[in-house]
Amino acid sequence: MALDKPYLDVPGTTIFDAEQSRKGYWLNQFCMSLMKAENRERFKANERAYLDEWAMTEDQKQAVLARDLNRCIALGGNIYFLAKIGATDGKSFQQMAGSMTGMTEEEYRNMMINGGRSVEGNRYLGENGDAQPQNQPQGAAGKNKGA
Amino acid sequence: MARITASVFTSHVPAIGAAIDLGKTQEAYWQPLFQGYEFSKQWMKDNTPDVVFLVYNDHATAFSLDLIPTFAIGTAASYQPADEGWGPRPVPVVEGHPELASHIAQSVIQQDFDLTIVNKMDVDHGLTVPLSLMCGQPEKWPFKVIPFAVNVVQYPVPSGRRCFQLGQAIRKAVESFDGDLNVQIWGTGGMSHQLQGPRAGLINKEWDNAFLDKLIADPAAAAAIPHIEYVREAGSEGIELVMWLIARGAMADVAGGPAPKLAHRFFHVPASNTAVGHLILENA
Repeated sequence: MALDKPYLDVPGTTIFDAEQSRKGYWLNQFCMSLMKAENRERFKANERAYLDEWAMTEDQKQAVLARDLNRCIALGGNIYFLAKIGATDGKSFQQMAGSMTGMTEEEYRNMMINGGRSVEGNRYLGENGDAQPQNQPQGAAGKNKGA
Repeated sequence: MARITASVFTSHVPAIGAAIDLGKTQEAYWQPLFQGYEFSKQWMKDNTPDVVFLVYNDHATAFSLDLIPTFAIGTAASYQPADEGWGPRPVPVVEGHPELASHIAQSVIQQDFDLTIVNKMDVDHGLTVPLSLMCGQPEKWPFKVIPFAVNVVQYPVPSGRRCFQLGQAIRKAVESFDGDLNVQIWGTGGMSHQLQGPRAGLINKEWDNAFLDKLIADPAAAAAIPHIEYVREAGSEGIELVMWLIARGAMADVAGGPAPKLAHRFFHVPASNTAVGHLILENA
């Protein structure tokens, strides 16, 4: 019998469940290794060589090299683990979270100062809020999309 | 006997810890947030407990994917602040209370909650940011701490109902300890926030404030909120709020006593990606 997953219709959101966790095991364990200063140094010195020490898929390695956090999450990464990459790069949680929206750092920061993203239109897939797949990327990047 | 005198509820955003550690609390961005905790710091001085039972979540720090305990109680004598990738926070070592912690572990397991017992772990911002918010920057934390880590990272996390029942078991456990101890229970994390995907940055003030209302006056109703409502309304990381129900479940009114006194309530948006909520409830 299939597991109960009532969260699959929330737009712009991946729930880190057992299935995602199984896919992302080595990706997330690589991230954990960056909690040691010596490993952060080795990773920064040669990212590709460091990644090749882990049993990650090539897609996962490419997503890390590109710092594409949305892709990392699709491939089983979890934000609390991926945050160790951001920490290694000297990035804040806000910079990391913002990078997944397509907005610039300033656009995202301003959205938060103005009260954050509204839940209206963003509860269910099929609505038309700013987090919906048809409205990506957000911010100026999205407005210039068709130009 | 030991008794639970109060519960404290607060968000535990890492950027708040960084703002304190880097001396930014009076900057325009942070000042309104820290203003909301001025009352709390004084209250802490006037109501210093012997022990704080601190419910928090580990953010892939002490627990990697090697081991994911749903409920873990720290029974160690001390805990080091963790290096989460930015270097360890410059805060005092956290001193534990092994005797009370072991007593609670035994009692709560005998009440059918399968706790994991932890004798060695580092504690991350989930635990140290609430300490900093409530105590400022002392040389030494003014009380002992029993860390209680809840899995809210890998789904499914424990339900609000289960957390609320666990709080009730913790209350019984504390009250069956022979030593005369003043114990507070803190629930941390939340409020609305989402740190991932195109929906990152979600904030829902209306939902958060309704949750605070319910938590104060009708905690059983708050405990009935299903997982999916937290995710949909308060963001994927808003689910941390189930931890507040453990602290709320340990208050006297849930066991038939008088309603708690609301000593303080505060709400602020934003701290980095997050809505910050804070309550202090005192048992009569």
